[in-house]
Amino acid sequence: MSALLSMRGLLVPALLLLGAEVLVNAADLSSNNIAPPSAAFAALLRIMLDGTLFVSTGQTLLATAMGLAVGGSLGLVAGILLGLSRTASRLMTVSLEFFRPVPAVALIPISMLVFGFGYAMEVAVVAFAAFWPMLIYCKGAIEAVEPQLLEVAQMLRLSYFDTVRKIVLPAALPRIFVALRTATGIALILGVTTEILSNPQGLGFAVMSAQQSLHPDNMIANIFWLGVLGVVVNSGLLWLQSRLFGNAGRPGGGR
Amino acid sequence: MSQSAVATSQAAPEICFDGVDLSLGGLEILKGIDLEIRRGEFICVIGPSGCGKTTMLRLIAGFHRATAGAVMHEGRAVNGPSPDIAIVFQDYGKALLPWRNAADNVALALEAMRVPKSQRADMITGFLGKVGLADHAQKFPSQMSGGMQQRLQIARALAQNPSVLLMDEPFGALDAMTRQTLQDECLNLVENMGTTVFFVTHDIEEAIYLGDRVVTLSPNPGRIADIHTVNLPRPRNQLTTREDPEFLRLRRVLFDFIQGH
Repeated sequence: MSALLSMRGLLVPALLLLGAEVLVNAADLSSNNIAPPSAAFAALLRIMLDGTLFVSTGQTLLATAMGLAVGGSLGLVAGILLGLSRTASRLMTVSLEFFRPVPAVALIPISMLVFGFGYAMEVAVVAFAAFWPMLIYCKGAIEAVEPQLLEVAQMLRLSYFDTVRKIVLPAALPRIFVALRTATGIALILGVTTEILSNPQGLGFAVMSAQQSLHPDNMIANIFWLGVLGVVVNSGLLWLQSRLFGNAGRPGGGR
Repeated sequence: MSQSAVATSQAAPEICFDGVDLSLGGLEILKGIDLEIRRGEFICVIGPSGCGKTTMLRLIAGFHRATAGAVMHEGRAVNGPSPDIAIVFQDYGKALLPWRNAADNVALALEAMRVPKSQRADMITGFLGKVGLADHAQKFPSQMSGGMQQRLQIARALAQNPSVLLMDEPFGALDAMTRQTLQDECLNLVENMGTTVFFVTHDIEEAIYLGDRVVTLSPNPGRIADIHTVNLPRPRNQLTTREDPEFLRLRRVLFDFIQGH
């Protein structure tokens, strides 16, 4: 965060904004095409004050969080099981590789048919999207547990259950958290995408309806806000990661 | 321990290699290994890299099964890892649990041995004290130096109350001063506890300094070239032992052996 907020780091964005302001005004583009940054900030202030921004933020975050909870926890459990059992992994590979390449956005039409508009369809799409990174990375996290730690467990004759509980899961936890971070980013993208394409709620829909009602200032304000949201969510998770795992969270850490 | 078990364990050598061959993936690693290790003996193994030193250790540990012949522990064939045969791994960074502090790393062994929770705290303090880590119980491995981490691994091994201690180049990654300190501490500990030690090293002087006998291995496939008895008085001393003519004689013999490969 400190690097993000340092004065030197803010210099380039400030110059870019200034450039955009000058360019848009000089080109004399009409307001239904594109808005200068000053108009976008005014619009941002407006939708903050009338509360619409926070209503749509709440809708997007809620749908994303629920989808992440459903898909992420399924992916977590499946990934751990597949990571632990080579047999299960071999049994499931073909089925999983068949479904994995299906882009989550392709499920939006199906989800809309099944659930209609609202939270359920968005949650379903986000869950599908969050499931895969969670599954793949959690499986990898389990498989990457230091073999020597498993030999320690063997030497101590720990039961299978104790080996998983006391050695494998804690050893894999830092990487599992990285999986969660990746899945969260993807979940947020898919939540907004669903709203832009079809679901009439949340920030994605706010962007779309502002564009269609010829309010580019409002549209840019919402897009900017999405960027802020992404940065806040990722920084929060990074902070949590360093709090929880310290050095062990980084690859090759834990020394 | 039952009467008969005591009788067996006193009659049989602590560890016995009986005509052991080992092939891994079609490759012959060890060939015709015969070696008897007495109870309480300190055996050091040296040899050029790839000669199967660590593989011999892993056979005793139960991580490998002999292709021919048998590895016996107290008269019974070794058929898998057991807490009674403790291992101090070379790479301490990968053998300790980074998410547990020093005390809890030792506790892992006690948990595995099903020591009741109420007795663990005192025992942990005792084992950490033995390796000089009494004041560092709350530190995590990442907060410890290499020497301290290796001490912690030794404390965990001691907590297993093993009859055999397998040490795989345990001090190889440490600086010279720390290595000498740990050598002396290690000798003290195993002497007091009567533990049998199988110590793999690539350091000729370390092997002579620590061992009752030094086994030399030749490569391709690994076989025992020679076994040298170390006639040096105990307790050993970093200065006088290393100046002893017998130490220097053995050093020359072993040096010539290693150079010859």
